[in-house]
Amino acid sequence: MKAMLCTPRLRTLALLALLGLALGEASGARTSDPFSASLARLKGAPLEELGAAIEQFASVQDERTSKVLQALLDGRLFYRKADGKVVIGEPAEAGYAITDAASGEQLGTAERFEVKKISLNNALRTTLRETIGRLELNAQDPAVRLRAVQAMSQAPDEKNLALLRARLETERDPKVLDALRLALALADLASEDKNVRLRAIGALQDQTGAEVVNRLNALLEKNDEGEYLEPDSDVRHMAEAALHRIQSRLQFYGAVETLFFGLSLGAVLVLSAIGLAITFGVMGVINMAHGELMMLGAYTTYVVQQLMPDQLNISLFAAIPAAFLISALVGIAIERGIIRFLYGRPLESLLATFGVSLFLQQTVRSIFSPLNRSVATPAWMSGSLQLNGALSLTLNRFYILLFCLLVFALLLQILKRTRLGLEVRAVAQNRAMAKAMGIPAERVDALTFGLGSGIAGVAGVALSQLTNVGPNLGQAYIVDSFMVVVFGGVGNLWGTLVAGFSLGIANKFLEPYSGAVLAKILVLVFIIIFIQKRPRGLFPQKGRAAEA
Amino acid sequence: MKFPLLQNDGIGQAVLAVLAILTVLVPLFNLALPDGSPLHFSTYTVSLLGKYLTYALLALAMDLVWGYCGILSLGHGAFFALGGYAMGMHLMRQIGERGVYGNPLLPDFMVFLNWKELPWYWQGFDQFWFAALMMVLAPGLLAFVFGGLAFRSRVTGVYLSIITQALTYAFMLAFFRNEMGFGGNNGLTDFKDILGFNLQADGTRAALFAASGLSLILAYLASRYIVNSKLGRVVTAIRDQEARVRFLGYRVEMFKLWVFVFSAVLAGLAGALYVPQVGIINPSEFSPLNSLEIVVWVAVGGRGTLYGAVIGAILVNYAKTVFTAALPEIWLFVLGAIFVLVTLLLPDGLTGLWRRWEEQAA
Repeated sequence: MKAMLCTPRLRTLALLALLGLALGEASGARTSDPFSASLARLKGAPLEELGAAIEQFASVQDERTSKVLQALLDGRLFYRKADGKVVIGEPAEAGYAITDAASGEQLGTAERFEVKKISLNNALRTTLRETIGRLELNAQDPAVRLRAVQAMSQAPDEKNLALLRARLETERDPKVLDALRLALALADLASEDKNVRLRAIGALQDQTGAEVVNRLNALLEKNDEGEYLEPDSDVRHMAEAALHRIQSRLQFYGAVETLFFGLSLGAVLVLSAIGLAITFGVMGVINMAHGELMMLGAYTTYVVQQLMPDQLNISLFAAIPAAFLISALVGIAIERGIIRFLYGRPLESLLATFGVSLFLQQTVRSIFSPLNRSVATPAWMSGSLQLNGALSLTLNRFYILLFCLLVFALLLQILKRTRLGLEVRAVAQNRAMAKAMGIPAERVDALTFGLGSGIAGVAGVALSQLTNVGPNLGQAYIVDSFMVVVFGGVGNLWGTLVAGFSLGIANKFLEPYSGAVLAKILVLVFIIIFIQKRPRGLFPQKGRAAEA
Repeated sequence: MKFPLLQNDGIGQAVLAVLAILTVLVPLFNLALPDGSPLHFSTYTVSLLGKYLTYALLALAMDLVWGYCGILSLGHGAFFALGGYAMGMHLMRQIGERGVYGNPLLPDFMVFLNWKELPWYWQGFDQFWFAALMMVLAPGLLAFVFGGLAFRSRVTGVYLSIITQALTYAFMLAFFRNEMGFGGNNGLTDFKDILGFNLQADGTRAALFAASGLSLILAYLASRYIVNSKLGRVVTAIRDQEARVRFLGYRVEMFKLWVFVFSAVLAGLAGALYVPQVGIINPSEFSPLNSLEIVVWVAVGGRGTLYGAVIGAILVNYAKTVFTAALPEIWLFVLGAIFVLVTLLLPDGLTGLWRRWEEQAA
């Protein structure tokens, strides 16, 4: 019988089978890279071999390894019983939502019995944790490295610290370097060696994080017997000095932040006042409907967003010209229909435009309901700009500040360099003379009013990103914007800019001491008193134009 | 003419006569006639009419500064509300132990805010004479300080309008604060009685109506006296040509200040009469919109006539009552249209239309 097996025919068969196996292996090696190969070793390995399999898998230089290992650590790594594919599973309604561990491809959901979890024991978990830390610490992506450093500094044991120290030698990314130094310095605070502690404090004194402050404060604490926890007085003194330095830096950042808030409030004030500065300052017309023109701009933003719901990121850009046009047209209609009959009678035009403002309010209330409408903030405007540990600026306010400056610059150029601007200034200075020179004063009036109103609409677009869009939006800003114009000096755009920003900043710096409402009242009272001293504002018009 | 004061004031005579008759008859009909009688005024109507009369008084005050002195104050609501708050504080103190918390000294909202003692500025308001003094003193003093500063610095025209608006806006924000000690958002309300009389009683309501009517008549006569006096002439001249009057040697700011303070006192009085009749005073009375509405009353009636203010206030507020009850969403359209149409087409108001028609007939 043995001989039978050794018949040439059978030998050939066996050879073929071997060949087939080898071919199969070869073809498998051809389709799968070292990553997939070592990934495959993870599945089904007995626990005593799994450690080595993990070690080998981790040594593969690949971006995907740490993700897979993390999944393994969290108990989310499975393999499919049907084809042995290693997958990452997230608990879903029936079973798991699985993705291919190698390709990241979504594979739909799998029933519980269709997959088998790759399980670990505690010893493996500990080594796996270290392995992941080491992997991530040496990852290509600096953001991953940063996260690894932060995670390791939460558990500052000898092994982690050794890893961090090793990384410090090779790290190039400044952010990760900072984090490494911070983590090591914090760990060194607990050192036995006094000099190491002193050096650590020296390294920490330029940090501002809350943890640094806490740890330094801990050095200065006393125990129940009234003895310092930190035995060495040099270390205590240095910690005190470092804390002092950190506090003053924090104060400085706080002031910078308040300044930023003030500037952003100022930007809103300038935006809302600047259109008024044109209609009130250049034309001497009190437009009480100015706030409502801003409201129209805000509602235009809302409507534009409703019209193009899929392009949230760009709808704001479409809303700006739309709001300008709508508000400008309404403004021109107001000028042609009402104000032109009331030139030279500022108090009457004040009353009439107030009537218009009520009209516009009620119109909007009838169309859009009295409830506030929510205008979405595009993704690029949300979030904040993290400058360092202690200072972050909200993006929407930052953009509105930029936008305000842009609008201001544009308006200044229009008034300075365009034909319309020249005519506007001419009519404002001396109406009769301008007419005699052939300037169509009536048309200029209408266009000026349209320009001022259009700017109000644009301001409304900006406001829609900050406050609720409702029928009363305009009323909330009208008193403020008049204050800005009057404070800055009528007929002076620069005055409006300076006044808006200084009022905004003053408001924000008062707020911590007095509360928001009282700060506003104080600013109002200040302006009322200021007007007594300088009835024509910060930058009064000079010459004959001022007398008119 | 029996009243030299009212010479050449035909409409004024008529208005005063109607007011005098109403002042006597409305309370009388309310109290004497039974419910079913066609001439009976319900207590609700009496209070409503009383409210109109206090508005008319406020409009009269406005007309003095705007119509005669050319000062478009957009902050007269502040004086009105201050007078109202002075009255409200007295009425709060009158509640005594009958409040929800039964505190004999502190009004309910203070107990609610966990205050332990009465703030110093609430002292004395339990005495009516003191409260009455404050009703005119608080707005008068504010007008004196504010006007004194503003007129001396020659803040005029729209600048003055805007800072008066800022003034009332600042007051509104301040009174909304709970820490101010004026009841914050809710204001002062739940009054029980005035001078020992139950505020809900018909008799008290009728008496308040009569007091409002009498105050309006007296204020009208006083205002008439002022505008007919030499002071009034100077004030009118200031309205028309301020610089010229100054060059003639008059101290313009003094005249303006005098009229402004007197007007503020009238407004405060109006507020004090208003509060017991409507039963509440809250910070929204300070809102800039309220002050603008006062201007529109005067504009509708016709500025610079005194009687125009009275007629305008009553007409506009009657329209407001009708519209806000029947078609609330229309009211702002109507008010807006009134603002526009009156300034564009009727610079002299409705009474101006009447006068023109009369002149043509003559």
